[in-house]
Amino acid sequence: MPLSSLPVSTRSDRAAGFRRAVEPVVRGLITACGWLSILVVAGIAVFLFHNAVRAISGVGLAAMLTGTSWFPTSDPAQWGFVPAEVGSLWVTGTALLICVPVGVGAAVYISEFAGRRTKELAKTIVEFLAAVPSVVLGLIGMALVVPRVREWFQVDTGLTALSAGVMVGVMCLPTIISISEDALFAVPRELRQGSLALGNTRWQTTYKVVVPSASSGIFAAVMLGLGRAIGETMVVLMLAGNSGIIATSPLESVRTLTGTMAGEMGEVVRGGMHFSVLFAMGLVLFALTFAVNLAADVLLERQRKRWLR
Amino acid sequence: MNRVKRARLAEAVARLVTGACAAVTIAAVLGIVGYVFVRGVGSMSFEFITDMPRKGMTEGGVWPAIMGTFALVVGTALLACPIGVGAGVYLAEFAPKGAPTRIVRIAIGSMAGVPSIVYGLFGLALFVIAMKLGVSLAAGALTLACLTLPVVITATKEALQRIPQDLRHASLALGETRLRTVTRVVLPAAAPGIVTGSILGLARAAGETAPIIFTAVIFAGPVPQSALDPVMALPYHLYIMATQAVKPAPSVVWGTAFLLVFSITTVNIAAAAWRSAQRRKVAW
Repeated sequence: MPLSSLPVSTRSDRAAGFRRAVEPVVRGLITACGWLSILVVAGIAVFLFHNAVRAISGVGLAAMLTGTSWFPTSDPAQWGFVPAEVGSLWVTGTALLICVPVGVGAAVYISEFAGRRTKELAKTIVEFLAAVPSVVLGLIGMALVVPRVREWFQVDTGLTALSAGVMVGVMCLPTIISISEDALFAVPRELRQGSLALGNTRWQTTYKVVVPSASSGIFAAVMLGLGRAIGETMVVLMLAGNSGIIATSPLESVRTLTGTMAGEMGEVVRGGMHFSVLFAMGLVLFALTFAVNLAADVLLERQRKRWLR
Repeated sequence: MNRVKRARLAEAVARLVTGACAAVTIAAVLGIVGYVFVRGVGSMSFEFITDMPRKGMTEGGVWPAIMGTFALVVGTALLACPIGVGAGVYLAEFAPKGAPTRIVRIAIGSMAGVPSIVYGLFGLALFVIAMKLGVSLAAGALTLACLTLPVVITATKEALQRIPQDLRHASLALGETRLRTVTRVVLPAAAPGIVTGSILGLARAAGETAPIIFTAVIFAGPVPQSALDPVMALPYHLYIMATQAVKPAPSVVWGTAFLLVFSITTVNIAAAAWRSAQRRKVAW
């Protein structure tokens, strides 16, 4: 009996035909999902810009970026971003000062010195830090960091750029550690073995061979950490003090770009000038983080290509 | 001999210093979680979880906030998981090598780097105002889905890339199409990685505050009845209680923090344990 005369066969033929018809549709959907991310990023830019148009034409982008006073409710209102820019700078600077050395050091230890089990455990714990909500870190900062800062530095309020910077630094650790660790791990074993065979110690191998080989990846990790630090909102809103002055030291209360948006957007008239200026601020922040991420992506791509054989 | 000694000393110092960096980081994580547990575990009670807030949030429970956060996470999962897995499959299995795919990859990278407050503004502009959803569960879930999408995509892509080519070749050699190979062979094999990665992304969404401040939450309200209702949410509730002028009882503040951290920790540990159990079962 020929196989085609079996009923089973015809049924599966029909199923196969159906599948053949459905396949392009499903593949189209999958492709659409892939391309949606471009749409989202473009959508963010378009909608921020759309709502910022009033501020950009009414106040001017340059005037906002270089204006030194922020008095949104006085008459006439003043829309200078400089206090917030300086505040963001202090917080981000403090955060990076903490998390870059600690993060890169920890990544080197995890990648080069730790045993297999320690490595797995350490990586899991560090990754978990990324899941701790930023409000919780803000709360911890209010309970533990703010009183210490007030006590140690003899300042009137512990709500300072330093306090926020410390907690933001903690927040950025997982980003810096996991990406640096990936970059170090990607350095081929042969390079390490060659160096060890020449009589170098582990540490000599690490700083003479492994770290230079992974340098662009580590630099990308720092860039991504920087991106997170600039964009962090809740910790800053809870710990930085949100004053309007242009801070001259990290021991002063500051407002940041993120804190200003989060703190004031709830109280403004939708479609008003204040609303629009806050969107302009969002646009500036978006452009900034986009540039930082793009740079990090280019660096990571270079790092990836380096060991492709 | 002197040089050898110096090299040995440098080795020991380097080990100590880098080890200390790692130890400090780990101590910070354990300290943060431990501190929240110690301060908050005392306020746990059946009433705290199931009661409505009372006296302007200073007493009572957090039931509507728990339900609000739960609803937001479920909505986010329904939106972000199918699209994210689809995009991950596209990138790992179907995307042609070349400039267009690189642009998609860069877009996903930038999505992951967009600050959460910017997502908040975007959600406000698009979902709340332009799509006229208002401050609602739906607008919040859509905003959080945008934020979670890159996490799900990356998790899916990496899980799929870990599956050896032999499996694909075997299936293709049996006459299956590329799509059926993906859905019947590769995706099931990659499921543990995808599920775990997505759960971790959702856990992070559950703790986000900035994206939902202007899109989904209210200060106080009932358990949401429809997707167009505004909701209470645990992270926002915590933020309000920690910063408002009228200080609520510390037990309420730390109790809320405990609930948030406890649920995220549990989910993380469960997901990690499940993944490692699955990985041990199959070795490529």
